[in-house]
Amino acid sequence: MTSLHTKLWRDLNSLKGQVLTIALVVACGIASYVTMRSTWSSLYESKDTYFEKYRFADVFASLKRAPESLVPSVEAIPGVSRAYSRVVQMATVPIPELTEVARAYLVSLPANREPALNGVYLRSGRLPRLGTDTEAVVVESFAKAHGLMPGDSIPVVINGKLRDVRIVGVGLSPEYVFLGGMGDFVPDDKQIAALWIQRDVLAPAFEMAGAFNDLAIDLQPGADEKAVMRQLDLLLEPYGGLGAISRHKQISNFLLESELAGLDQNATVVPAIFLAVAAFLLNIVLSRLILLQRQQIAALKALGYSTLSVTFHYLQLAFVIVALGSILGLLLGAWLGGALTELYAGYFRFPTLVFRVSADVAFVGVGVSFLAAGVGAIASVLQVTRLSPAEAMRPAAPARYRRGLLDRLGIAWIFGVSSMMVMRELRRRPIRLALSSLGIAAAVGIMVVGRFGSDSMDNLIDVIFHKEQRGDLTVAFLQPQPIGAEHELEMLPGVLDAEGVRMVPVRFSSGPRWRESVVTGMPTPARLRGLIDRNGVEATLPTKGLAMSAKLAEILSVKVGDEVEAEVREGKRPRVTLPVATLIDDSFGLQAYMNIDDLHRRLGQELSISLVQLKVDPDGLDELRRRLKQMPAVAQVTIKSVVVERFKGQSAETMRIMTFLLSLFGAIIAIGVVYNNARVSLSMRARDLASLRVLGFSQREVSSILLGELAVQMIVGIPIGLVLGQYWCQALMNTNDPETYRFAVHVSTASYAFATVVAMGAAVVSALLVRRKLSRQDLIEVLKTRE
Amino acid sequence: MASLGKNVLTAKGVTKTYQMGDVEVRALQDVDAQLREREFLVLLGASGSGKSTLLNILGGLDSATSGQVHFRDTDLSYAGDSELTQYRRRHVGFVFQFYNLIPSLTAKENVALVTEIADDPLDPAEALELVGLGERVDHFPAQLSGGEQQRVAIARAVAKRPSILLCDEPTGALDFQTGLIVLQVIERINRELGAATAVITHNAPIAAMADRVITLSDGRVTTNVVNESRKAPEELSW
Ligand SMILES: Nc1ncnc2c1ncn2[C@@H]1O[C@H](COP(=O)(O)OP(=O)(O)OP(=O)(O)O)[C@@H](O)[C@H]1O
Ligand SMILES: [Mg+2]
Repeated sequence: MTSLHTKLWRDLNSLKGQVLTIALVVACGIASYVTMRSTWSSLYESKDTYFEKYRFADVFASLKRAPESLVPSVEAIPGVSRAYSRVVQMATVPIPELTEVARAYLVSLPANREPALNGVYLRSGRLPRLGTDTEAVVVESFAKAHGLMPGDSIPVVINGKLRDVRIVGVGLSPEYVFLGGMGDFVPDDKQIAALWIQRDVLAPAFEMAGAFNDLAIDLQPGADEKAVMRQLDLLLEPYGGLGAISRHKQISNFLLESELAGLDQNATVVPAIFLAVAAFLLNIVLSRLILLQRQQIAALKALGYSTLSVTFHYLQLAFVIVALGSILGLLLGAWLGGALTELYAGYFRFPTLVFRVSADVAFVGVGVSFLAAGVGAIASVLQVTRLSPAEAMRPAAPARYRRGLLDRLGIAWIFGVSSMMVMRELRRRPIRLALSSLGIAAAVGIMVVGRFGSDSMDNLIDVIFHKEQRGDLTVAFLQPQPIGAEHELEMLPGVLDAEGVRMVPVRFSSGPRWRESVVTGMPTPARLRGLIDRNGVEATLPTKGLAMSAKLAEILSVKVGDEVEAEVREGKRPRVTLPVATLIDDSFGLQAYMNIDDLHRRLGQELSISLVQLKVDPDGLDELRRRLKQMPAVAQVTIKSVVVERFKGQSAETMRIMTFLLSLFGAIIAIGVVYNNARVSLSMRARDLASLRVLGFSQREVSSILLGELAVQMIVGIPIGLVLGQYWCQALMNTNDPETYRFAVHVSTASYAFATVVAMGAAVVSALLVRRKLSRQDLIEVLKTRE
Repeated sequence: MASLGKNVLTAKGVTKTYQMGDVEVRALQDVDAQLREREFLVLLGASGSGKSTLLNILGGLDSATSGQVHFRDTDLSYAGDSELTQYRRRHVGFVFQFYNLIPSLTAKENVALVTEIADDPLDPAEALELVGLGERVDHFPAQLSGGEQQRVAIARAVAKRPSILLCDEPTGALDFQTGLIVLQVIERINRELGAATAVITHNAPIAAMADRVITLSDGRVTTNVVNESRKAPEELSW
């Protein structure tokens, strides 16, 4: 071991506290990056493997009924590699304990072989066989929700006839990763099932023997999907084809992909900010640490060590710290990523969810940290070696202080000598103050960003479920009902208020521009439905004409006073021209609203409602649900509090855990920065301060100089950090597709408070540590040694 | 008296100015000086007269604003960082006015720092023995007195068997007895190893040890005198 190595280990040892805190900063930066990126890539890879292995189809098509003999014609379409015909039907599952009836997709399985496409992964049990019983494999989510096991039976209403279906297996399919209709905001596992039944059993029950009503298609590599879908639509048209759907638009996969895309964007911007901030702080802190050894660097140079070997020595110092942080960060990232993936496993229904830290993620995380440390170390060493050794070795010349404003005003004495020294030091080194404050600001900023996911979730719930939907319960009808249905519901026991709305799916167009949307016809003023803009302010619905999302108007390029074409996407599909009466700068989706009477008048229809919101007395809820269950027109009943709970329980849970981790990392980074800042300024000024002590300043006065500096840095840094955090959140928000999601950045007061309090706490702890260090300082020793 | 040879170091017309804002400080002004093979040179002068500046330039720690410095036949005036590093590493032993020991290394390790990169060094323990610190090899600078630190610095400078030994006030912080030991060491290195030696001092009597004495005043050489004979350190008193 050379003497330089000895010096390296001794330095590391004497800087233990700093080495550890800097390594933690690095570890947190890397861990947040590795955790989030690896979780995302693991989910994504697991999905791909699953889809591949269980042959998820490329194109889907539903139709009324076609003879099996049509299949070869489908396979003859250029680009189609395989067509798999099935019978798929909806059924109801009247499980007695359920207040609402559950629905089920019944999916046919071929006899004695695997389905060619959309395979079924069996978690337990076996595939159904022909026999006296109707056997089925049930989807795992439903089985879990009801505690069903192979051997159990459930009642299923198949084409109007109630049958006992024996569960023989529990399974999963790439087709039903997320079960439920598009309309369900958060599907309830208890209420929706998929059942796989032998085609020889299912087809006769629906008069589909020798026929099919559903196609899954596998494309040849490089096939033109759009062209295939066009041809397929032409072919199926006479058989009641409902239009082919690409894999991307398949309901479950669409939800899955948008969920993954949301995660992806969250897992890109946030950890990138964390990693960058950690790298920036690492760079500053290390630079300062090395600059403290200015005289030693110069002495080594003077003794004949080359710039290269001195640089290498300090690089080693930096790299030992970063290596320590990297190992910690990777281990932590792998562990947390594994735990987070585990958590997602309950949400993404994949057969297996394998967590893997991908090499490139680890490489980027570690690489960025080493780069930042390396640049910081080299820059600091070069900054010293640029000077001649003679100059760099000399104890820094007494600084030239200037009289500041306070002195000139002649009121400096009010603040005492200590604060005067603080002010002068800060004036003398404005860049140091700026960098320190910026470091603190960055740390405060990432704490704000870290909590932002949770904040947006709360804001979303608040806007959608409290400000917009003011009822407790929503009743959806199978078909639009005459307005009398509203009164009927209002008369039910326990109902305090009822308000019906009519939802009309439309395609708006203006010139060549068009978008799908839904016009909600509602009374003016509405009691149970609010139109809320991005600032949380309620907009009023005009009695005539459309109110639409400002974004929709922007896309269609229309303004208030213009007219838009609306093609109704149900019933007789009438086309009407509607005037735009007002724009709402709202937070999500492309929405349109109209006075319910005006809407019907323009459609030329009798007044009707498709959805009713109810305000209910909580005590009468159970009775009310029982009554609603008996009403044949009711398609679905949603209880707001249940939806909110379920919503919070699912994505919100992972979000909260993520938030917790990120704010923890943010806090550790903040502590690391503040502490190192304070420690470095202690070392830098150790001699000055010791001299002051010798001159008769008290311990208190001397430490107040140092802590005064820290206080000024915090006072400057924290507000900047809060603004910076808000700015980063905005950047994060901007990665959303503005057509679906454009919430105003809403950072809760609690988050601002959290960031501020943690930063202050870190400052107080650092201050105490530094004070202790200062009081233990051997004055003589400090004054005697010259570095 | 040692036989004096050609110049090891030659400074010609060396000027050094420091720019301090709008004020220009002339630390050295048109200085001619030389250090001969095996010679013992003493530099005298009031505080601030430019002694350290000159020694730093001769030792390759700093460069002149104008003028020329030659080491033997090599021109140092235009040498780059790596040439100066090589020059210092191979040829120069430096005792700094402010010792400049590495605080995290013990006395022995501070010396080893130099012997590890030198061609034919003394053993660090031997070098410390030479300055009478054989007992304190494992002490850190903070555990040594100012004079002891100074002696470690000297051990560090001589351990590489330099061809030039430059000492900036080696006895400044020392009492007479210790100062004497230090001077004896320096004199012995000069005599036995033949290192051309330049010593800055405020103690005029020390000049009696020298082969030659240069006096600086306000950045200029005022006298450059060859001594008839050289006294042994123990014959001095101050
Ligand atoms: N980095 C610098 N910047 C400005 N002026 C300097 C600098 N270094 C030295 N000087 C000035 O140059 C002059 C010569 O300084 P030098 O250190 O050579 O004096 P010295 O003779 O060694 O004095 P002492 O005996 O007190 O050590 C002094 O006036 C000093 O103030
Ligand atoms: Mg000097």
